[in-house]
Amino acid sequence: MARTVSTQTRIGFTALAWIVALLLFSPILWTILTAFKTEAEAIAARPTFLPETFTLENFSAVQDRSDYIKHAINSILVSVGSTLLGLAIAIPAAWAMAFAPTKRTKDVLMWMLSTKMMPAVGVLIPIYLIFRDLRLLDTVHGLTLIMTLINLPIIIWMLYTYFKEIPVDILEAARMDGAELWNEIVHVLVPMAVPGIASTLLLNVILAWNEAFWTITLTSGRAGTLTAFISSFSSPQGLFLAKLSAASLLAIAPILLMGWFSQKQLVRGLTFGAVK
Amino acid sequence: MATAQTRTLSRIMMAPAVIVLLIWMIVPLVMTLWFSFQNYSLINPMMTGFAGWANYIYVIGDPSFTQSLVNTLILVGGVLLITVIGGILLALLLDQPIWGQGILRILVISPFFVMPPVAALIWKNGFMHPGYGMLGHLWKAFGLQPVDWFNQYPLFSVIVIVAWQWLPFATLILLTALQSLSEEQREAAEMDGANALNRFYYIILPHMARAITIVILIQTIFLLGIFAEIRVTTGGGPGYASTNIAFLVFRTGILSNDIGAGSAGGVVAVIIANIVAFFLMRAVGKNLDA
Repeated sequence: MARTVSTQTRIGFTALAWIVALLLFSPILWTILTAFKTEAEAIAARPTFLPETFTLENFSAVQDRSDYIKHAINSILVSVGSTLLGLAIAIPAAWAMAFAPTKRTKDVLMWMLSTKMMPAVGVLIPIYLIFRDLRLLDTVHGLTLIMTLINLPIIIWMLYTYFKEIPVDILEAARMDGAELWNEIVHVLVPMAVPGIASTLLLNVILAWNEAFWTITLTSGRAGTLTAFISSFSSPQGLFLAKLSAASLLAIAPILLMGWFSQKQLVRGLTFGAVK
Repeated sequence: MATAQTRTLSRIMMAPAVIVLLIWMIVPLVMTLWFSFQNYSLINPMMTGFAGWANYIYVIGDPSFTQSLVNTLILVGGVLLITVIGGILLALLLDQPIWGQGILRILVISPFFVMPPVAALIWKNGFMHPGYGMLGHLWKAFGLQPVDWFNQYPLFSVIVIVAWQWLPFATLILLTALQSLSEEQREAAEMDGANALNRFYYIILPHMARAITIVILIQTIFLLGIFAEIRVTTGGGPGYASTNIAFLVFRTGILSNDIGAGSAGGVVAVIIANIVAFFLMRAVGKNLDA
């Protein structure tokens, strides 16, 4: 920042920004702190900030109550699986649109994005019935399929914007130099496409991990992901605030960390490169 | 240059994506449309046959439908209003020369990565619960009666939770746009004697217009389908006070097993989304160069 401001102004803005940021972060911070408290301390009439007796028992209780690890594995399988499947379908399509655009390419892209505007409830019932008849309800592969379909438009758009930035001149230069198609792919295309593909992968894992509508409606115990697992805590079996906090923390921690490291890609990816 | 050969190749490369998305769009939609004109209940096998417009008349005539529609609009509108205005203010603040900008960004964007059911549950139990929640403790500290948020202000409570989740997204996008504004432009305006408000109105806001459009588009896509937050907090209640269209269809079709009426609701949801989409896509088509 080239701007020069007085130290006083700087302190003022810094203080204000920190207050606002901490307020926004406080529900998460509170959840983290509560996860390590005993149940009695968590619901005490006089709230404590830091845990008085630091305990890890909530975490083991969460595992005992409804098998956190199984749900976490389902989450990983569905989010990674659907992203890979989506990439396999989207990479050729995005590649073709970026490097061999026709007059209709823009319309096709817009149409693909518009499928994302279709509200899930509009198709929930048929999908539910199809899944029931094909015995796909409450299965990991059924859920993976749905997740692939709902995120495919986003994956194609993200890849398209990344591929579009690969200079065509380089490809032509490689071709002029007599590079075989295979060599062109391995030595020129792949290295330039990989960063975009990696960012797309990262973002879609985040989106799929947090998707709740389809996991709640199409799964129950067996194929439930962490979003379904957490939603089961809403049933009124007494309030287990500390255990709920521990479960929440376990469910969000991996993606929170991934999100922190991928801020830049997040902006690019989610705005289809329209905001830089 | 596109030769006939590359055109064929690119068609083949695009085919899987286009076919998959076409099937995904057409098959369930046609089925929803079909069911919406049928008497079809999963509980009552005697209920069969063509229903004509009965399901639509039943769904649209139901007062809960009107309320859900209004709730949907309030929910989307309320969250957009909070996140866009809040996002602009927060982006302006974070763009100032401040200490610890990196950490601040991480703190501010964190809620975006919290899965919706978790966001809803930690607000419901850790924050807004009248007995154990932080807000309850705060109210008591001032000698006030704790508020039972989800019973007294159900829709407002849902809006707060959803806005909390989406404010980081708006802030991050708007901040990125703001930081791409050239320093010279700002300084020139400053030299010309434009005050802060004028600079904001004539330079910063137009510069952010594109980012604001994107924020509204992306958020609307997701906000029309808000579901988990309602499911784990109010269950749509009390009564239908916090039921939106998405939740109403779920309730009618899946919970009450009335496939016909649920499907009619689904068709109406698709029509509403398409009206919104039509205007949004036009705005975005202008703003995005594909």
